[in-house]
Amino acid sequence: MTLLKVHKLVRHFPVSRGFGSSAIVRAVDGVDLEIAPGETLAIVGESGCGKSSLARCVAGLDTATSGKVEVEGTDSADMLTADPMRFRRSIQMVFQDPYSSVNPRRRIGEIIGDGLRLHKLVPRAQRAERVRELLEQVGLAADYADRYPHELSGGQRQRVSIARALAVNPRLIVCDEPVSALDVSVQAQVMNLLVRLQRDHGVAYLFISHDLALVRHIAHKVAVMYLGQVVESGDAAIFDQGFLHPYAQSLFDAAPRIGRPEGEEVELLEGDVPSPISPPSGCRFHTRCPQTIDRCKVEAPDLRPVAGRDVRCHRAEEMLARMMPPQAEAAFGTG
Amino acid sequence: MSRSSDFLRRLFSSWTTALGAVLLFIIVVAAIFGPIVYTVDPFEMLGRPAQLPSARFPLGTDVSGRDILAGILNGARVSLIVGLAASLGATLIGIVIGALSGYFGGLIDDTLMRITDFFLTVPNFVLLLVIVSVFTSTIEVITLAIAFVSWPSVARLVRSEFASHASREYVHACRGLGMSHMEIMGRQILPNVMAPIIVVSSLMVASAILTEAGLSFLGLSDPDIVSWGYMIGVGRTVLRSAWWMAAIPGVMIVLAVLAINLVGEGLNDALNPRMRQR
Amino acid sequence: MTSLLTVKSLCVGFPGKRGVLPAVEDLDFHIAPGETLAIVGESGSGKSTAALSIPGLLSRSSRPVVSGSVRFEGQEMLNMPDRKLARMRGPDVGMIFQDPSTSLNPVFTIGRQICEPLRTHMGLDARAAEARAIELLELVKVSAPEQRLAQYPHNLSGGMRQRVMIAIALACSPRLLIADEPTTALDVTVQAQVLRLISGLQKSLGMAVLLITHDLGVVWETADRVIVMYAGRKVEEGPVRRILSQPSHPYTEGLLRAARKEGRDGFLTEIPGVVPPPHQRPPGCAFEPRCARAIAACRAAVPAIRSTGPGQVAACIRAEEGQPA
Repeated sequence: MTLLKVHKLVRHFPVSRGFGSSAIVRAVDGVDLEIAPGETLAIVGESGCGKSSLARCVAGLDTATSGKVEVEGTDSADMLTADPMRFRRSIQMVFQDPYSSVNPRRRIGEIIGDGLRLHKLVPRAQRAERVRELLEQVGLAADYADRYPHELSGGQRQRVSIARALAVNPRLIVCDEPVSALDVSVQAQVMNLLVRLQRDHGVAYLFISHDLALVRHIAHKVAVMYLGQVVESGDAAIFDQGFLHPYAQSLFDAAPRIGRPEGEEVELLEGDVPSPISPPSGCRFHTRCPQTIDRCKVEAPDLRPVAGRDVRCHRAEEMLARMMPPQAEAAFGTG
Repeated sequence: MSRSSDFLRRLFSSWTTALGAVLLFIIVVAAIFGPIVYTVDPFEMLGRPAQLPSARFPLGTDVSGRDILAGILNGARVSLIVGLAASLGATLIGIVIGALSGYFGGLIDDTLMRITDFFLTVPNFVLLLVIVSVFTSTIEVITLAIAFVSWPSVARLVRSEFASHASREYVHACRGLGMSHMEIMGRQILPNVMAPIIVVSSLMVASAILTEAGLSFLGLSDPDIVSWGYMIGVGRTVLRSAWWMAAIPGVMIVLAVLAINLVGEGLNDALNPRMRQR
Repeated sequence: MTSLLTVKSLCVGFPGKRGVLPAVEDLDFHIAPGETLAIVGESGSGKSTAALSIPGLLSRSSRPVVSGSVRFEGQEMLNMPDRKLARMRGPDVGMIFQDPSTSLNPVFTIGRQICEPLRTHMGLDARAAEARAIELLELVKVSAPEQRLAQYPHNLSGGMRQRVMIAIALACSPRLLIADEPTTALDVTVQAQVLRLISGLQKSLGMAVLLITHDLGVVWETADRVIVMYAGRKVEEGPVRRILSQPSHPYTEGLLRAARKEGRDGFLTEIPGVVPPPHQRPPGCAFEPRCARAIAACRAAVPAIRSTGPGQVAACIRAEEGQPA
């Protein structure tokens, strides 16, 4: 049974452009996703692709313009009106910025204990004990309960955020770039903590990131987004097989890679991501795509199954034929 | 403990703040204990009018032969109580309106801020004169009226602070845990924004004292209560022949306002997190 | 070998409650003309402080305590009078920073911000400065440069703003470009463009680049030599290809594994523990508490920098003993 099902989710924001005129930012424009219990789905894309808006809609912090989110078969909008606390216990969120995601005026114990108190999960007398357990689960000493956030490092604060989410025993944790503000050596610690918690508690993750190499180790499934839409998605095997969509390929190639042979020419994308207020006609990627043909400029491709994954590209079959396995292998460094 | 002593050390690290605190302390002590120790009735005509300071009347007498020292001590009580109560009232109204406006945004924000703008555009003192002339001029009405015209600046400040915090991730996390809006506003955000509110409302005490003095000077305040402004109003008529009659309460107002402002500035520096790094 | 910039025993500290907190300790390095040197490290390593102290750009309100020597073409830059330093910024030393949205002035047009250094340092008149500004924008591959001159920073995307920052830094053809995390705020596809741009300009203009970054991938793709810093000190230095294939310091090795996202069975290789804050640095090797190879001698004294390979130096007493089992 699926834990989370996102169906044709759309999130548009009206923005004022002055002098009474307004425009619509198409942050998320028709996204379908599914996550099974205990599974990690990674959403990867650059800024402006809509991944964070998607995360907020799934976590019940924002309302979709249309489409729906189902949690264990129940519509989340219905659940939020009928039994909001049940929804909150099902889905929790861990945020990006370790400095703003914990309240500077509250002790760590209070921050982690809020969920226990609001959901009446343990009697008041045992709350401190449970907080200590949670601290230990995320690798912090029990005496951190009495400290304030400013006494903690960025990585430690992220651990506090994870403990706060974990307190209500959620089935799904939405992680919005949880390690991108941390130093590389600390990133690995936090990523490993997330993996360990998943193995121990069976929690599922919707993991938002801009870094394909990072999610490779933890994702069971991956979806690459561009301008509000999923352009390629499939299970983790596509990391080894290589991506078919030209954008997903560029995203991978553009990341600086230690050990890339000198002189290996990488085809770089031209220009910046277009504004989500007026996405390009036809395929939204055609303005930057090295493979653009006339058809791409007029006809918007559908997300369709090709070679065991879903791809939104007219030329996916050609890309598949062109892709050579050794090249894909090399593109990911260690295998 | 170390946090609070650290705070006090920062607060009094500048001599101006220390001076303000000493002045304020003297005025508060005079207001509390003065009328108990010096039990002369400020309304009773005890001697010749317009006397210079003497052993019997340490600060002299006014045009009706009333003891000026008794008036100053009783007036200190009135000024401080009106100042504190009006500032507290304005702060409470400002926090409620500013918090709702900044936290929820949208239509609530637009509506509340248009009301606030209305109060900000109408000159405070004119509005105050209208209110006081409509109602009876008791000291309670005056205090409420001052609070009623002073809250918009607090509301503006609280709104911007709340709006900045409402978009921070810890607030999203609280909402994600199912916390009520009331609890998020009151227990999560408010403690974070108290520092600037404390500074503004402490400075507002001074302006409330001045406002009350202005009303009393114009004879629009409670006629049954001696206040510093009232005493200046009384002394005004004989300013050329007996200048000290208006000058003594005038100096008191200057000292009280100065003391409060110095302490308010000190609070501002001590509560400002950037200064805390030093 | 001639050296463009020579830094010797540079120490930078900031006064705090518990005395002066060291940010950079005893740093030596040099940059040859046309060379790209990368300083890599995590937050708290002192890499940005070191870079900012070279052109005297440390914030004065933090009252930095600086000692040592920084010589640009033999001329001592530390304790140089401000007016003289300001004259060097531009023609001699250009700078680009991490966040283009805060380092451009939002109330002036792009044109004005590029033309200003051209007019003050190069003495160009308004028309010549504008023509040069258009050339510079073309050089950094900004589209429609004539129209950009009249635009304000908020009209541009993040990648475009960083290009404009580079154009301003290049306006007076500096011989040394200091780039402090120039691509950290950018998306990867844009980062690749900007890095390629910097490398290309460096080759064509023959300028030296001091690149400050936390990303070993960026180091690999752009730098000739690299200095690895940890807790305020240099722990390893050498040619990029050598250091990133045969690191001799355990910290470099850990950083390299973390950057490669090496892992097994779903777990990534991690360096345990955290970087010690400046007031809690251990008396010996600062990395010792986190190091798998640490022995008692590591706690005794700060390890000296010594040669561990061709062109490679490291501050580790166990450098030769290789990786732990």
